[in-house]
Order: sequence, then structure tokens, then C-alpha cells
Amino acid sequence: MTARPLAVAGRETAGAPLIRAEGLTKRYTVRTRAGRRTLTAVDRVDLSVGAGRIVAVVGESGCGKSTTGRLLLALESPSEGTVTVGGRDVALLSKKELRLLRRDIQPVSQDPYDALNGRMTVERILSEPARVHGVPLGGPGGARTVAELLDLVGLGAAYAQRHPHELSGGQRQRVAIARALALEPKFVVCDEAVSALDVSVQAQVVNLLGRLQRELGLAYLFISHDLALVRYLAHETAVMYLGRVVEQGPTSTLFADPRHPYTQLLLATVPRPRARRQGRDEQRRAAVSAGDLPSPLDRPKGCVFSTRCPLATDRCRAEEPALRPVGGEGRTVACHYAETAEVAA
Amino acid sequence: MAAVTTAPDTAAAPARTGDTVLDVRDLRVSFGPGLDAVDGLTLTARRGETVAVVGESGCGKTLSALALSGLLPESATVTGSAVLDGDQLVGRSERQWRALRGAKVSMIFQDAATALNPLMSVGAQIEEVMAIHGTHGRAARRARAVELLTSVGVPDAAVRARSHPHQLSGGMRQRVMIAIALAGSPDLVVADEPTTALDVTVQAQVLALLRESTRDAAVIFITHDMGVVAEIADRVVVMYAGSVVESGPLDEVLERPHHPYTAALLASVPDPDAPLAGELPTIPGRVPPLGERAEGCPFRDRCPKAREKCGQRPPLAAITPGGSAAACWYPENTAAAEDGRTADEEGTP
Repeated sequence: MTARPLAVAGRETAGAPLIRAEGLTKRYTVRTRAGRRTLTAVDRVDLSVGAGRIVAVVGESGCGKSTTGRLLLALESPSEGTVTVGGRDVALLSKKELRLLRRDIQPVSQDPYDALNGRMTVERILSEPARVHGVPLGGPGGARTVAELLDLVGLGAAYAQRHPHELSGGQRQRVAIARALALEPKFVVCDEAVSALDVSVQAQVVNLLGRLQRELGLAYLFISHDLALVRYLAHETAVMYLGRVVEQGPTSTLFADPRHPYTQLLLATVPRPRARRQGRDEQRRAAVSAGDLPSPLDRPKGCVFSTRCPLATDRCRAEEPALRPVGGEGRTVACHYAETAEVAA
Repeated sequence: MAAVTTAPDTAAAPARTGDTVLDVRDLRVSFGPGLDAVDGLTLTARRGETVAVVGESGCGKTLSALALSGLLPESATVTGSAVLDGDQLVGRSERQWRALRGAKVSMIFQDAATALNPLMSVGAQIEEVMAIHGTHGRAARRARAVELLTSVGVPDAAVRARSHPHQLSGGMRQRVMIAIALAGSPDLVVADEPTTALDVTVQAQVLALLRESTRDAAVIFITHDMGVVAEIADRVVVMYAGSVVESGPLDEVLERPHHPYTAALLASVPDPDAPLAGELPTIPGRVPPLGERAEGCPFRDRCPKAREKCGQRPPLAAITPGGSAAACWYPENTAAAEDGRTADEEGTP
């Protein structure tokens, strides 16, 4: 593999994460019938992704996971906090440097049908990034060739002449992944990259993403609402709820012993073919009675999850819990009762 | 060519459900010669029973749902028989369908945001169904609409009834669609991936609601997700490339799948409780597109167990006394069936 350095060369300190977000906050002003309101989509999020690592961000609609992805892709600028790539603050980059940065960080989005230009052939779609960035196809320092890319994602050379509408959903997502890899990026943000696919096809694409990550040494931010999939792919997982990270840690630790009540409910509501025999009924009932997500415009005071948490106390409704280390292994949890919390114990 | 379809023995279904309200026999939806998107669907559904129709994209499950609600495009030809409480659904004119839709058959779609009318309040949309199907008096309809919204778990129903769809969350919109579907007290509710677009905690809520609110109707529940099937279904019909490859009671299908496709579908659902073992199990290849289906067993190309005999099409044959049937020459898990084990021994859930 070519070990191209980051296109935007920073004064990289050894061992520094590839990409790091600190105190990342994004607020939007929205107009409602009650006048102008502030919507805090992402609230003081710290996240770092090392080279060759997969970090998952999970949570439900409106939790800020996609906004976090867009901030890391430098598609939006944070209201507060910083994103650094290779030690350089993205906000301080010149336009030219930002363009170079885009070679290193690439998105794969949910709906490949919307993301691919229907009038282009697959060949043109895959050679477009090189054209846009003025990079030759192939050769040292050049972009990956169409043949290389098709091979990487397991599509035959014959697909080069097809149009997106001639492909199945899974094949389209493979093309979208191939395009993201054209410029040999270091970091790929996958935002619900498999959630529009059938379960069986989902598994194929997840396996492909895992294989590519290992073979090419890529780093991913894997944004998903599907905890069961995340478990197969991510080294670390951050659970978000209404803009806040409520639990974060090594994926295996988080799944073996979720400490935040929200993580416990999320895990309990994953539909399982064998659920009936697994005795998670109590937790499921708790999730069912937990009601609807509050609007991000009306974030609860104190703990953001307190309005839906079966264990919430007066303290939770008054005092916001800090994200703090719980039980070692690098896990942090934002719950006053993280050590003992058991939804439906 | 007419596939041989042997109807599974539904008489053995548990007695907790009522009479058969829907009886579908050899239903076909065709878009021309050799283009049978649905190629012989046979199923029955009793009052209070939820029958899940499961399969990947392109297996014909959505077209089956549209055929049962008279919403197919004009280019489709429907043959076979589908009798709903004495009424033949196949061959009805649009005018004849209108008398049934809402009153005897209603639909719940995946995307409530596009299925609902954005210009009408949700209360008015519920009242509209009642007005068409004979609930007289505006005040009575209004009161009933609020009652229905309350029953599907919409808080402050009297206030929310005046909301427009865009003012509601995805979960609330889906609840409204369920309320609309139930407004005419239908005998049959056809739900096409009704929770696929929802968040998991909301999905759990909507599935629980569907289970509780459809006790008086038969439900055909279309989904690609075996996890959801386990949550909602009493019986399961697995479709592949337009035809039924397996059907049976939920527990039998989940625990002792007979058709290799059913087994593969089950295995491809990531199980958060299972130990991690390398990659996710997948089904290699894909559903053959319409018009490219080979003779014989449609799953042959992707089946790990395919042999020469699979070049002939296997009939849907009864396998267990519990009512399981599979269209496979070499069905799996049949030894258990021969031991005489039935779903009854598992205890009632």
C-alpha cells in the first residue's frame, strides 16, 4: 500500500489521533411560531479517531450524530470547539488547504441513489473525484483507477459502463464506497451507509467496509442507529442523545455491560429473531413506556435523558451529569447512577 | 407454467384466533409473459392474527400487499383468488375497490410523511375515512377521531388532532396512520414495512401498538427484517423471487427453519447477544431480477445445498403437524419434526 502522508501536512505529534473533535458544539437558529429559537444539535462533544480505527456514533433521530459527521467532514463549521486533522485546526486552514483536506476525508451517505448522478456511467462517477481535484488517474500520487476501485468493492469490470439505475441497492452502495476511496483518503465518514439496504445486503456491505478498513488501513466514523451492526465493525462506540455523548468506550465493553440507561434501552429494543426466549421483556417494556423523543428545541434541563429514563430522580432533572470514567477500560458515562443503573433490574 | 402449490394446513392453527377472514390462493401479479412478479401466493389469515410476509427486495412482497388492497399499477395483471370475508378481491374495478378500502381493507405504509395529506389536519384525515364509510354527524366523527388518536398513544389528542403532519414526529405520524387505518374498523390491515423508517425505541412502541390495536382484524405485515417478524407475527410466510418458499407458525419458522433461504435470512440478522465470530453471515449473490429467473427452484443459484434435482421446481409441501410447509427438495430440520415435537411443547408465550 502507498503510505501517502496527509495532504495537509501538519506538525504531527507522534501518536496523535488522525482526527479529533474537542468541545464540539453546533447551534442553529430556527424560526418557529414562538419566534426565533436556538437548536443545539451537537453539545460539547469530544471525539477522536486514530489512524486505522473505527469509531461508531449511535443514537436516534435528532441526536446530532449526522451533524457531528458533517462537522468532522468540515462541511459545516462548529459554533464552538475545534476539529483538528493531523494536529491542524480545520477552521484555520486556507481555502487551498481545505481542498487538499477533502482528499483525506470522504463521506459515504445513506442513499446511494441520491448521492450518485443518474446520468453518469459508473466509470465516470469513479473518475470524477480525480477530475475535480486535478489529480491524474493511476500512477504514484495519482487517484485510484476505475478498475482498481471496482475490484476493491467486489464489482466486475463490466459494471464500469452501467448507470446507477441499472444497479441494485447494494451495488449502488458499493459504487458510492468506491468513489469515496478514489483519492486514497485516510478517513471516511459513513453516515447510515447501510441502513437503506435489506438485512442480507447490509451484512455484505458491512463485511466489505470491514475488509477495506483492514486492507487499506482506513479510519471510519461509522454513524448508525443500528447497535447490532456497530458491534461487528467498531473498535469504539459513542452513544449520543439530544446532542450529548451519554456513553462512550470500547465497543465490546459497552455491549457487555452498558452503563447508561439509554444505552440499555437502545440495546433492549434491537429486534432479535430469538428475542422471545431471551428474557429482555422488562427492558423492552421500559422502552415502550419511555415515550417519544423530546424535540431538540426543548432539551430537558439536567440530564438530557431524564424525561424518558425509568430511573430518573429529582437530581437527574436538576443537575446535568458530567461524562466521567466508569469502571476503567477507557469507558465514560454521563449518568449520576452509572455504577448501579439497571433499567428493569 | 403453473407452480404446484399445496396450501399449508391452517386448520391446526391455535384456537385463540377467530375465523379465517382472508383466503389467498395462487395469487399472481404479472407484468407480461414471463414477468410474474408474484408467482403463486397462497396464504390465509384469521381475525386477530398477524401474518408476516418476509423476504428481500424484489421478492414480490410489496406487490402482494398492493394486490390485496387494489393499489397495483394498471400495467399489472392479477390472477388467482383472494377472498376477504366473502368478497373476491381479484378482478374488482376501482369503483368496487372504493367501497372496500378503508371499510374492509386498509393500508399502513412505510413513509407516513408522504402517505399523509400535508394540507389537512390529522384529525380531519381520520374523520374523512369515517365520513366515507358511514359514520354520520360531524361531532360524532370528531369525538371518535380524538378517541382513536388517544387509543394509538397520541398525547393531548384533542390538540394534536388539529396538527398537520409536518408538526408531528415520525413516530407520531406513524401512529396517526394506524389510527386512520383503524377508523373504518377493517377486517384486514395490510402493513407494508410500517416501522422500517422509525428509530428502534419508537419501532418497539409502534409494534406494541399494532399488536394491541389490531385484535379485531387480520394483519398482513410486510417486512424484510426477521427481528421485526419475531416481535409481531403469529405466522410467517417467506417469499423468494415471487413465490412462497416457506410458511408456518412463528416459533417453528424461527427455531426450525426448513428452507435454506429462511435459515440464511435468519442468520443474516446481526444478533447482539451472540458471540462475535468474524464476519457477518451473508447470503451470497442477489435475488434474480424479474425476467431472469431460471427454471426450477428460484433459490438454486444462491443455495449452499443445491443439487441436480433442484432444476425442477419443488412444491410447497406440508412438513410439520403445526402447519409448517416448505418448497424445498431437501428441507432442513425435518428430523425434529419427525420426532413429533410441535410448537405446543414450547409452552404458550
